[in-house]
Amino acid sequence: MLEIPMRDGLILAGILFSLGVTGLLVRRNLILVLMSLEVMLNAAGLAFVVAGARWQQADGQIVFLFILAMAAAEVAIGLALVLQLYHEFKSLDADALSEMRGIA
Amino acid sequence: MIQLLWLIVALPVASALILAVLGSHLPRRVVAALGAGSIGVSAVITMLIATEYLSSPLAGQAYTEVLWNWINVAGFEPHVGFYLDALSLVMILVVTFVGFWIHLYSAEFMVHDEGYSRFFAYMNLFVASMLTLLLADNLLVLYVGWEGVGLCSYLLIGFWYRDPANGAAARKAFIVTRVGDTAMLLGLFLLFTSLGTLQIQDLMRQATEQWATGSWLAITAALLLLGGAVGKSAQLPLQVWLPDAMAGPTPTSALIHAATMVTAGVYLIARTHVLFALAPAAQFAVAIVGAATLLLAGCSALTQHDIKRILAYSTVSQIGYMFLALGVGAWSAAIFHFVTHAFFKALLFLGAGVIIEALHDEHSIFRMGGLRKELPVAFWTFLIGGSALAGLPFITAGFYSKDLIIWGAWSAAQGQPGFWIAGMIGALLTSLYTFRLILRVFFGPIQTPVSKRPGYLMTVPLLILAFFALVGGAMKEPLLAFVQSTLPKMVEVNAAGMTETLSEVVAMLVFLIGLSFAYLFHLQNRSLADAAVAHPTAHVVHSWWFADWGFDWLYDKLFVQPFSWVAEINKADFIDAFYTGIARLTEAMYRALQLTQTGLVRWYAAGLAFGSVVFLALVVWT
Repeated sequence: MLEIPMRDGLILAGILFSLGVTGLLVRRNLILVLMSLEVMLNAAGLAFVVAGARWQQADGQIVFLFILAMAAAEVAIGLALVLQLYHEFKSLDADALSEMRGIA
Repeated sequence: MIQLLWLIVALPVASALILAVLGSHLPRRVVAALGAGSIGVSAVITMLIATEYLSSPLAGQAYTEVLWNWINVAGFEPHVGFYLDALSLVMILVVTFVGFWIHLYSAEFMVHDEGYSRFFAYMNLFVASMLTLLLADNLLVLYVGWEGVGLCSYLLIGFWYRDPANGAAARKAFIVTRVGDTAMLLGLFLLFTSLGTLQIQDLMRQATEQWATGSWLAITAALLLLGGAVGKSAQLPLQVWLPDAMAGPTPTSALIHAATMVTAGVYLIARTHVLFALAPAAQFAVAIVGAATLLLAGCSALTQHDIKRILAYSTVSQIGYMFLALGVGAWSAAIFHFVTHAFFKALLFLGAGVIIEALHDEHSIFRMGGLRKELPVAFWTFLIGGSALAGLPFITAGFYSKDLIIWGAWSAAQGQPGFWIAGMIGALLTSLYTFRLILRVFFGPIQTPVSKRPGYLMTVPLLILAFFALVGGAMKEPLLAFVQSTLPKMVEVNAAGMTETLSEVVAMLVFLIGLSFAYLFHLQNRSLADAAVAHPTAHVVHSWWFADWGFDWLYDKLFVQPFSWVAEINKADFIDAFYTGIARLTEAMYRALQLTQTGLVRWYAAGLAFGSVVFLALVVWT
C-alpha cells in the first residue's frame, strides 16, 4: 500500500479547514454555514487519521469516530435550530437574524 | 436600701428595652403598667433611699456606688458609677416623682395613639438617661446621660413623624442643642487634659488646688460648660428650639421640656459650682444669660397664641430665673425654684393637655374660653399652677422660690440691683402672661364646645401636682438647709438699701399689677387688647416679640441659608468630580464595547477565528 506522507495529509487537512472557515465566514445561508462547519470538523478528523497512520496507532481513528458522533449530534441540534429559526423568521439569512445586537 | 441605687436607673432601662422589643405585641394595659409602673417603683425606691439618707447621715454626706470599670486606656480609666448627695437626691426625687405622675397621665392621654408602646419606651428611656445624668459621679457618664436625654427629646418631639413639621422641629431641637453639647464636650476635654481626671469630686478638688481664682483656664472651662448648659436649658442665645419642641405630645412637653431635661443645665452648673466660683467672669455670664433670657422670653410669652408655646416661653423664662440665681451665687435658691417649677409647670402642661384634648386639638387661646364650668378640675388645678407660676403670695410654692431668687439677685455674693430689677420686671411679665392665658382660656364666652372630658388617670396627677404646687413653699427652709449640705450657703452680703421683706412686698405689688392689667385687657375689656395690638408701633413690637425677637430669622440668615448655599454650590466639588468621573468613564467604555455587539453571528465567528489564530501564533512563536 502506498504510503502517503504525513505532510501532504496535513496540508490537505489545512486546506479543507481553511475552506471550511472561509465558507463559515462568507456564507450567509445557515444551511451552508452548517455544511462549512462539517467540512471543518472533517478536516480536523482527517488530521487525526493522518497522524494515527504516521505513528501506526489506532488512537487517531478512534478520535475520528468520536468526531463523527459529535458532528452528528451537532448537526441534529443545528438543523433543529435552523428549522425553528426558519419557522420564526421565514429566513435563513444569518445577517438578518441580528436580534441580539446592542442598542447602537 | 441605699445599695439599691442602681435599681432606680435599671428599672426604667429594663422597661424601655422590653417595650421596645415586645411592645407592639403587648396589650395596652400591660404597656401602661410597665411604662408607668417601672417609674413608680423607681420613685418608691428613691423615696426609701431618701428616708435612709436623712435618717442615717453618711460619711462625707455622700454615697458613691461604682458599678464597673468602663475603659482603661493609658491612665484614663473612667468607671460607671453613681454619686448620691443632697443635690442629686433632690433632683432624682423630683424626676421620679413628677415623672411617675406624668407617665400615669400619659397612660390615658395617649391611649388612642397607635404608637402607645413606642411612646412609653421613649419616655422610660428618657427617665433612665435623666437619672444617669443626675447620678453620674464623673463627667463622662454625665455626658452619656446628657446625650441620652437629648436623643429622647428628639425622638419624642418627632413622635408624630408623619407630619414633616414635627420632624423639622425635632431636628431643630437636636441640632441647636448639639451646638451647646459640642462646647460642653470641649470643656470636658479641657478639664481632662489640664486636671487629668473626670471624676467630678476629684475634679473640683484639683481645680481649687491648681487654678487660681479668675485664671484663664478656669474661665474657659466654665464658659464651655456654660455653653452646654445654655443649649440644653434653652437659654439665650440657643433658646430657639424649645418653643418648636412643643410639636411633641403634651406629656412629653410636661416631662422633658418643662420639668426635667431643660433643667439639666441648671444641674450641671450647680454640680460644678466650684469651677464657676473659680471663674467669676463665667459666673457673671451665667447671671447675664439668665437675666436676659427671662426678660426676652417673658416678652415673647406675652404675644403667643398657642397655649403650649406660651408655656414653653414661660419655661425658658423660669429657667432664666434659675440661671440668674446660679449666677449671683444663690445656688440653693436655683434648686428650690427647680423643684417648685417642676411641680407647677408639669401641672400647667398636663392641664393644657386636658384642654387641648377637650377642644379637639385646639391650640389657640383666642378660640378657647369659658372652660371654667366645663372642665372644673382642669380649671382649679390650672389656676393653682398658674398662680404658682405668677407667684401668688403666701399660698403658692412659686412665690417663695421666685422671691428667694429675686432677693438673692440683690443680696447674694454676686448680686446687683440691676439683676433685682430684671427679676422684678420678669415677675411682672410672668404675672401678665399667666393671667392673660388663664383669663382667655377659662373665662369669657365659650368659643369651642367641649367634646371630651378627662378620666381619673388624667385628673389624679393634676390634683397631686396641684397639691405640691401649693404646699411646696412649706418645704423652703428644710429643703434649703438640706441642699446647702452640698452647695455653698447663700450669704447676704449686699443687703444695703433692701430687706427681704421689702423685696417681697414689691414682688407682691408687681404680681397684683400684672394681674390687674391682665384682668383689664383680657377679661373686662377685651377690645382694649385688640386695640393695643392694632396700634402701628405696638404692632411692630408685637410681631417682633411674637417671632421670638427675630432669633429664628437671624439664625436662618446667619447659619441655615449660608450653609444651604455652600452645600448647593458644593454639589459639584472635586470629590464628587472624581466619582462622577468614574461613572463617566465606565459609561464611555460601555458605549465603545456596545459597538462590538452587532448581533451578526458571522462577525462573532470571525472574531473567534482571528482570536484563535493570534493565540496559536503566540504559542507557536514564543
